[in-house]
Amino acid sequence: MIEGVSIQMILTFTTLLFFIGLYGFVTRTNLIGMLMSVELMLNSEAINFVAINMYLFPGKLEGGMFSLFILALAAAETALALAIILQVYKRTGSVDVKEVKELKY
Amino acid sequence: MSWEQLFSFMQNEILIVLAILILMMADIFTGKEKKHYIIHLANFLFVVVFLAGLNVLDKEGTLFGGSFKTYPLVAFFKSTLMAGVLLIMLQSVTWIKKELIPHGFVSEFYILMWSSLLGLFYMISSGDFLMFYLGLELSAMPVAGLAAFEFYRRRSSEAAIKMVMLAAVSSAIMLFGISLIYATSGSIYFDQIQMASEVPLLELVGFVMLLSGIAFKISLVPFHFWTADVYEGAPTVISNYLSVISKAAAVYILMILLFITLRRYEETWTVALYILAVLTMFVGNLFALRQQNMKRFLAFSSVAQAGFILLGVIGGNVLGIKTVIYFLLIYIFSNVAAFGVVHMIAMHSGKENIKDYEGLYRTNPRLSLLLMLALFSLAGIPPVAGFFGKFFLYSTAASKGFYILVFIAVVNVTISLYYYLLPVRAAFLRRSENPIPHFKSDIYSKIGFIILALGLILIGIYSPLYEYIARLSEIL
Repeated sequence: MIEGVSIQMILTFTTLLFFIGLYGFVTRTNLIGMLMSVELMLNSEAINFVAINMYLFPGKLEGGMFSLFILALAAAETALALAIILQVYKRTGSVDVKEVKELKY
Repeated sequence: MSWEQLFSFMQNEILIVLAILILMMADIFTGKEKKHYIIHLANFLFVVVFLAGLNVLDKEGTLFGGSFKTYPLVAFFKSTLMAGVLLIMLQSVTWIKKELIPHGFVSEFYILMWSSLLGLFYMISSGDFLMFYLGLELSAMPVAGLAAFEFYRRRSSEAAIKMVMLAAVSSAIMLFGISLIYATSGSIYFDQIQMASEVPLLELVGFVMLLSGIAFKISLVPFHFWTADVYEGAPTVISNYLSVISKAAAVYILMILLFITLRRYEETWTVALYILAVLTMFVGNLFALRQQNMKRFLAFSSVAQAGFILLGVIGGNVLGIKTVIYFLLIYIFSNVAAFGVVHMIAMHSGKENIKDYEGLYRTNPRLSLLLMLALFSLAGIPPVAGFFGKFFLYSTAASKGFYILVFIAVVNVTISLYYYLLPVRAAFLRRSENPIPHFKSDIYSKIGFIILALGLILIGIYSPLYEYIARLSEIL
């Protein structure tokens, strides 16, 4: 618990963070930038879980545990996505999402 | 929780992990020229795991304080999934020999595929959202790696990047939903969430986000855009796995979540599923009409089939569970067979378009017969199993009074009949100047195809199987 900060404020902040991430994912054309936006979304959820656990259900540890797993999985996901982005870069010579257009319709 | 309980309840998962470890060790100790022995070893190991899995069919219990649950229905479903993976593995032998052995990868393919299956197992037998989320991610990540497996092809990496990005964002959306459900109910355990909450609107937002995350895996319509691209670009074996195994597991966990955990929102999710089913059937069928590439065609057909599956899920009772499980069993057989034929033809001649199939019956009669059986089963034409599956799904929706939905589904079946018959017409009725030349499949795929053909005919006729599933489905 932080003095002077209510759960509503934290939830507003994480929701904003989540939607900024979603907006970034939709508007960015750089694959690395899209990946960063996904990280933003995942981080907002990690904060969400910790804050909910701290403020609403302080007796238990479920939310804190959950956020730990989110961090680990976000790292794994980034590693995998970066490896595939590298692969795309080798094939197309760029990390721009507009170059990834062979399969469509 | 004792050791005996751990080993008996989690036997499938532990055996798969053991098989993965054995394969890793075997890969270290085989030389570069002897990599093809790994194929035989992997197939043997998986048959052993599958047969041992029949042993846990009657076990019932929970582990890790309710995180992991097993009961006869989920054990049966795991065996079904393993049978599907085994059939896909049998088909993939030619591809591995031709495309992977020259590059020195063999065991990686099996290890990734089994890891993904392991994730699906944890997902379907999860008792809380943490296990559910971990299983979902464990099942999605290796498949993205597998989609990029033909790394020297541009389309393969393109499919993989589309899949990994969209899977990441969909699981992020789902996770936000889970955090909202946690905020309102104070627990991540499925059993404890059932109680009514004080902030229903917030929980409703969480539920919608959770549903969209699962709908992405099942590729229901507003969330289906990745399906066709990934299925076309990825190696056919992986498209097969994605369209059958991971979709079936996601449908199962969707039923568990809706029927047990989120039961009190029944009115809401009935409306949501109604809209999703109508959209999915129409968009899937209408887009499948205009496809020329067989893999894209099967991708849109699998989108449409997901819409039909929702007809059973919308029932929301024991009847819904048993018809959906039965339909999924048939769907696994028919789609694996259809993708298998497409895969074999693409492997031996490099052709993937419907036009190339003209005159197939004269050069490869047995393969085209299997293609016909599989497509008839997907379309739901009586002698093959698919008809019975679809019929039971309609009766589930009708028993709840959704007559208009059943009518829409019947209209869609009529549309789908047209495009399912296109490849059959090309193969049987058309002649061609240069048809696909005759080729011999290897022994593994032959075994797989015989099992598939028998399954397609027998599952529909052999009624004790349906009664068995009906008995297991009494879990509500």
